[in-house]
Amino acid sequence: MAAADKLIPTASQTVGPFFAFALNRPEWTDLTEGGAAKGETIRIEGRIVDGDGAPVRDAFVEIWQANAAGRYAHPEDDREDKPLDPNFRGFGRAPTGEDGVYRIVTIRPGQVPGRGNALQAPHILVSIFARGLLKHLVTRIYFEDEEAANATDPVLNSIEDLAVRKTLIAARRGSGGDKPSAPPTYRFDIVLQGENETAFFDL
Amino acid sequence: MTTTSPQPYAHPRDDRQPPYLYPGYGSTVKRAPKRPPIRLDQTISEVTGPTFSSGGWAGPDLADLTHQHKGEPLGERIIIAGRVLDEDGRAVANTLLELWQCNSAGRYVHEWDQHDAPLDPNFTGVGQVVTDAQGEYRFLTIKPGAYPWRNTHNAWRPAHIHFSVFGPAFATRLVTQMYFPGDPLLALDPIFQSTADEAARNRLVSAYDPNLSEAEYALGYRFDIVLRGRAATPFERSA
Repeated sequence: MAAADKLIPTASQTVGPFFAFALNRPEWTDLTEGGAAKGETIRIEGRIVDGDGAPVRDAFVEIWQANAAGRYAHPEDDREDKPLDPNFRGFGRAPTGEDGVYRIVTIRPGQVPGRGNALQAPHILVSIFARGLLKHLVTRIYFEDEEAANATDPVLNSIEDLAVRKTLIAARRGSGGDKPSAPPTYRFDIVLQGENETAFFDL
Repeated sequence: MTTTSPQPYAHPRDDRQPPYLYPGYGSTVKRAPKRPPIRLDQTISEVTGPTFSSGGWAGPDLADLTHQHKGEPLGERIIIAGRVLDEDGRAVANTLLELWQCNSAGRYVHEWDQHDAPLDPNFTGVGQVVTDAQGEYRFLTIKPGAYPWRNTHNAWRPAHIHFSVFGPAFATRLVTQMYFPGDPLLALDPIFQSTADEAARNRLVSAYDPNLSEAEYALGYRFDIVLRGRAATPFERSA
């Protein structure tokens, strides 16, 4: 179809402040289906703050990721050497609370291919929606303890400013002394604006 | 198309989407990033996304918002129907549409909404459906009211319904608002006006469709949603 014949895409509009009664789905904050998914269970939590450092309490995040074997539950990922996990869909959604913090339970994603022959480091895609965001923001979560994989990741390496690159690395907080068997928590704060502003992507 | 060279989704024209910073909408001022977003070549991660089926893991369809309680909600009954398409006019089948809105008096079922207008015990304002093989969807609801907001003195949001759509990929995710034709508040609404291109703005306005109306029952409005399509030519790395 010639460019002139194409339909105009629908413009994005903000979710506004009043979405929780419709979009909050507690079951979507745990991607492991109560531990049924294969792989290492991890927790991800972080605070979303605005340009004044104030917590953003009317936001939600959505995440999309590969399973533990590094395969997406989607027809376009047809690599049959990587198994699908019937208990892992790869999608989640979590609102922020009064303190601006969101919390998600998932599994550590496996590695997936990048463009060409490069392998991407384990990562999770994130969309951020909030009052005041006329279109959602997109970022990626990488893991601090995947140093070797991170060092060769094509997306991380495309960001020349190391301070900006660092905003995509979630810090491991351990599992807490009382419960050594509890899953590790990764902290991924999202700074919408200003100093230490998170790196956002234009897809 | 392979997992190592997926065909990317086309980049939207800048004037057909709102900017992050739009001072007329005050809430953007402290929330819009200062740095421009980093252009990312789409990988298998971005061209895949959650999949849905009718009655599947997203839960049952809620296509009728007028029979979710003991009685019927107050307000003008309306049917909203349309298709989810890509830029090339192809149907986007089996995609989840979530919808939310205020009641006919302009009040949301949300604890923070303190607008002095009545709640309606017979209306929640939440719907969802999965599009069929032709990308079609249909809701029965009531027309939402306009309501005041504190963006500027005596500011009123035009009547609108929020739509959330996934499409086939992470890259096609869209949340938008549907408006009603002929609403005088549209010209004054910074959220609606934030998209520069007039034709793109007008895509957000539903069309009254007498063929969709049901005699002595409900008014019909058509609202098609167009998601990003694939880029015309597959991405080639210059290196």
